[in-house]
Amino acid sequence: MHKKIMLGNEAVARGAYEAGCMVAAGYPGTPSTEILESVAANYRGIKAQWSPNEKVALDVVAGASVAGARAMAAMKHVGLNVAADSLFTLSYTGVNGGMVIVNADDPGAWSSQNEQDNRHYARAAKLPMLDPSSPEEARQFTRMAFDISEQFDRPVIVRITTRVAHSQGAVNLEEPKKAKLKPFERNPKKYVMIPAHARPRHLFVEEQAKKLKEYSETSGLNRIEWNSRSTGIITNGIAYQYVKEVCPDASILKIGMVWPLPDKLICEFCNNVDELYVVEELDPFIEDYTRALGYKPRGKEIIPICGELTPEIVDMAINQKVPGNKIPSYYGKLPGRPPALCKGCPHGYVFNVLKKLDLNVNGDIGCYTLAVLPPYSAMHTQTCMGAGIGMHVGFEKARGEDFIKKTVAVIGDSTFVHSGIAPLIDLVYNKCHGTVIILDNRATAMTGHQDHPATGRTLMGEETHELDLELLAKACGVRRVRKVDPKDVETFERVVKEEIEAKEPSVIISLRKCILKR
Amino acid sequence: MVKHDMTNIIFAGVGGQGVLLAGKILMQVALDAGYDVKESEVHGMAQRGGSVDCHVRYGDTVYSPLVEKGGADYIVAFEYVEAIRKLDYLKEDGKLIVNRLAVKPVLVEAGLEEYPQDVESWIKENVKNSVLIDTKDVLKEVKSSRALNIVMLGALANYLAFDKESWEEAIKKTVKEKFVEMNLNAFDRMFKKTAGQLDIMV
Repeated sequence: MHKKIMLGNEAVARGAYEAGCMVAAGYPGTPSTEILESVAANYRGIKAQWSPNEKVALDVVAGASVAGARAMAAMKHVGLNVAADSLFTLSYTGVNGGMVIVNADDPGAWSSQNEQDNRHYARAAKLPMLDPSSPEEARQFTRMAFDISEQFDRPVIVRITTRVAHSQGAVNLEEPKKAKLKPFERNPKKYVMIPAHARPRHLFVEEQAKKLKEYSETSGLNRIEWNSRSTGIITNGIAYQYVKEVCPDASILKIGMVWPLPDKLICEFCNNVDELYVVEELDPFIEDYTRALGYKPRGKEIIPICGELTPEIVDMAINQKVPGNKIPSYYGKLPGRPPALCKGCPHGYVFNVLKKLDLNVNGDIGCYTLAVLPPYSAMHTQTCMGAGIGMHVGFEKARGEDFIKKTVAVIGDSTFVHSGIAPLIDLVYNKCHGTVIILDNRATAMTGHQDHPATGRTLMGEETHELDLELLAKACGVRRVRKVDPKDVETFERVVKEEIEAKEPSVIISLRKCILKR
Repeated sequence: MVKHDMTNIIFAGVGGQGVLLAGKILMQVALDAGYDVKESEVHGMAQRGGSVDCHVRYGDTVYSPLVEKGGADYIVAFEYVEAIRKLDYLKEDGKLIVNRLAVKPVLVEAGLEEYPQDVESWIKENVKNSVLIDTKDVLKEVKSSRALNIVMLGALANYLAFDKESWEEAIKKTVKEKFVEMNLNAFDRMFKKTAGQLDIMV
């Protein structure tokens, strides 16, 4: 067997390739982006695509599955929020070709707006979830997920976290299965979820849940590693690796299938160890489950619920290791190195003007969110993809037309296409007067210059129709649409002043290519 | 950490210095030598002009991709402040290799924060196993500031048990083809420059 060093995300792509995946879709988002990039770069037989957002991507993948192909969606944790509407009902329809959803959580919020723990989605949507702890397992589990999906007629979620997605390790390369379409059969009782169909499908979901629980007990994805029985630790994902590192003598119940959880294995383990611990990142998901089975493990009372775990955090919690180092610490204060807009970044010109005019700024997700920090300090709200324009509407509804003259919404080109269009329609429809600045740098820049519908290029590198943002804004009912180069600072400032004063909605397309883009 | 056959190395620098590629080359060398190997890095927002680090661990079996604090055998810092920032990862007898370079953060350039002036003398006084290296000459000789990561590896290579050829093989496998020759040249120059004299450079 050949071994290769791979990033966790590359290993996920490899697993999908080995499983005979034929279609893959997603939207870029750290720490998941490299999954589809790797598919597109290395496995050209798979039709890989960026979709405008994660919900569209999941629907594409569901369609491919129903049509008979093995298919994979990839997204970051907050992306699954966007796709959640589809997710919950795809649980009822089930699959034809194996359907796998790769979800990348970001404990520590290295590059995210929150630290949500998406294991809860598996339980809430009643879907099986695998939780690899290394790049090699990321490959294996992704490959297995397609088989599980077809065997149990369930979409399967593979949940990775930042330290699995963005760590490298030796990965075994196995022979790929031949990609093969299954026949497509019309089956409205399975694929058309009117209430009369949904009710019996719910029964099916619950039946499958029982079978999956049995699978969870016996498949080997969850396994006990017996060692000294004085200490027993239940753990999953990257935390398993930290436990192996700092507690080499403990017995371990390794959870690789985090939903459904294996009751019998958990009981067998808990009944045979003296001191019981659960070591998991983020929420007490396994811990609460273990408590419901009647055990009293030590978990979140000693393991932090916030932030990512590290080997030393686990070492301190379980072994009471006293932190400390013989190397002295530097006495002075070190300058910070917060992420910042690049020198010459087109967003910089925009935010200099917004700062000078002392405007309130409803922001959005992208590089430009960094304008909240000095030296610009020119962003005042920001929640999630596409939220800024809707909040802009709310600002005007709450404080009126005069107030909105001192306020703008800013949103990047990719983010606008992702989820800014519906709120722009809302702004016009509900008779607002606000100004929206689309920061068009011709790329999904923050995640590494991925293409999107308005760049005129696909993930596979093909030319395609270039979505015209100006026409689109006009079609939403905005009559005042101006396209300006922000580097022409004087003109840009004049246009902003004119548009915020206008007694009707306006869109300014601030057009300049990302400085890093060739 | 209980295992004694493990080697833990941290590369530290700022975005654009090629920190991650240095880690990747070391991983390849270790893998080719038959070790299990793991690495951890950070992408995305944290990478935009921010501090970048990369942990590489190799040994018989590697579990955690992260080095534990106080567990690094080597810290290879591409500039002064990032060296200081990582000090709590250094083992008591671990070695600190520092490029004699100050990369000023945006907030320092804007006059909002200060870059400490005494880092080099402080390191010499307080970190007994520290090595400060000059990379400017070599980078000038190969006419590329982008080879800094390979130059730092050239210094590190003198401490590790891998032979020079295996480093060269890994560089060939890892860097873009048109840069292979320049990078091999950069590696060779720093390897020779520092061979056998690293410890007296302090």
